[in-house]
Amino acid sequence: MKAEEVIIDAVIEASRKLPFDAVKALEKAYEEEEGNSKVVLKAILDNLSISKSLEIPLCQDTGMMWCWAEIGRNARVDIVKLEKLIETSLAKAFKKGLFRTSVVRDAMGERSNTGDNLPPVINYSLTSGSDITLHFLLKGFGSENCSSLTMLNPTAGREGVIEAVVDTMKRAGAKPCPPVFIGVGVGGTMDRAAVMSKEAFFKRGKETDLEREIKERINKLNIGPGGMGGKNSSLGVFVKEEPTHIAGLPVAVTVNCWAERKAEVVLLGGYDGD
Amino acid sequence: METKLFLPSQNWSHIHSGDIVYVSGKLYVARDQAHKLLVSEIKEKGETPFPFEGNAVYYMGPSPTKEGMAIGSSGPTTSRRMDEFSPFLISKGLKIMIGKGPRSEKVVEAVKEYGGLYLQAFGGCGALYASRTLSSRTLLYPFLGPEAVLELEVKDFPTICIIDSRGEVFKP
Ligand code: SF4
Repeated sequence: MKAEEVIIDAVIEASRKLPFDAVKALEKAYEEEEGNSKVVLKAILDNLSISKSLEIPLCQDTGMMWCWAEIGRNARVDIVKLEKLIETSLAKAFKKGLFRTSVVRDAMGERSNTGDNLPPVINYSLTSGSDITLHFLLKGFGSENCSSLTMLNPTAGREGVIEAVVDTMKRAGAKPCPPVFIGVGVGGTMDRAAVMSKEAFFKRGKETDLEREIKERINKLNIGPGGMGGKNSSLGVFVKEEPTHIAGLPVAVTVNCWAERKAEVVLLGGYDGD
Repeated sequence: METKLFLPSQNWSHIHSGDIVYVSGKLYVARDQAHKLLVSEIKEKGETPFPFEGNAVYYMGPSPTKEGMAIGSSGPTTSRRMDEFSPFLISKGLKIMIGKGPRSEKVVEAVKEYGGLYLQAFGGCGALYASRTLSSRTLLYPFLGPEAVLELEVKDFPTICIIDSRGEVFKP
């Protein structure tokens, strides 16, 4: 299959289906909850099967597309063609997959719709190896509006980081369609922390102690599915960390709804036009 | 408690905060920009552009419609952003609201004063609501694209009552 088709399929599938781990977490939460919280989770699980069978987006907010191109240092790459590949594939996926056109230009003025859900936000970075990995987040804004950035004192430590995340969810309450998934970026500069808080959703490996502790603290807030209260306010926390300055401790939090829609495409050997 | 609401309606005092409410009938769809325009239009002309009394507004902006269906994915959007406009619209007769998430104190007060109703639809469940929508047509402001005002006919829309007509707010 051509790279373009693979991207189109992956992005459309992400709008209709959640990752395996997210579905498992939702099913487990359904078993644990009762009353109205259980009713909400039942609707969420029903919704997943309806979107699959009707072949329409599971949520009408198909989001602003966030893309992260991780380029292997030994990959063949024509960066102009790579950018074009991403943009044309997304444009086609949005049309074919019936994505909502949720992007406006002139953000603080007229706010006129761009009409094609473009442009995406694209980040490029280098990594080891000879492949290019494209990561996509369909980022809904009910949850994005609850995201935060805090420049902590350098001595605030682990507890300070945990509190910054928990406070973010305290303020968010039922707005971001809980139970939520949370990405946390710790360190770097202010902007780097923010980008890491999205890269974190593509982390591999087991949940760390810090991630579990943050999740448990959020779950004590009793926000619950749809804000109905209960044990499950957060279904997963992903933390990414990098070195920072002696004078600071940046903490960025990306709040993602239960509809944690993401896709990954690996271009083996890189991409120079075919 | 589980209960039903048929719209338009003249009486919803049987609904209590915390109840599961299945909504059927007519819904008017409006979100951010449409609220802004509705308020300025009413202030200018002195009349409402569609009948408010007994009707409900649904905070939503759908994804495009698939062939053969009435509407695309169509779950609720965050109600909070409509808070600054709602008390005015409630005072003009649009007393039933469907959206997601909590409301401001001012909205709670307006619901209590005018005997309104705020229902929460299930956030993110756009496909589910699409499957329960029988028809849809654009009523106002088509130039707003996914933010235009629509008129829907729906069946058994699942919601939870967050603020009832007595001003009681559901707390987990
Ligand atoms: S917060 Fe997420 S699940 Fe909720 S409406 Fe927005 S995109 Fe959909």
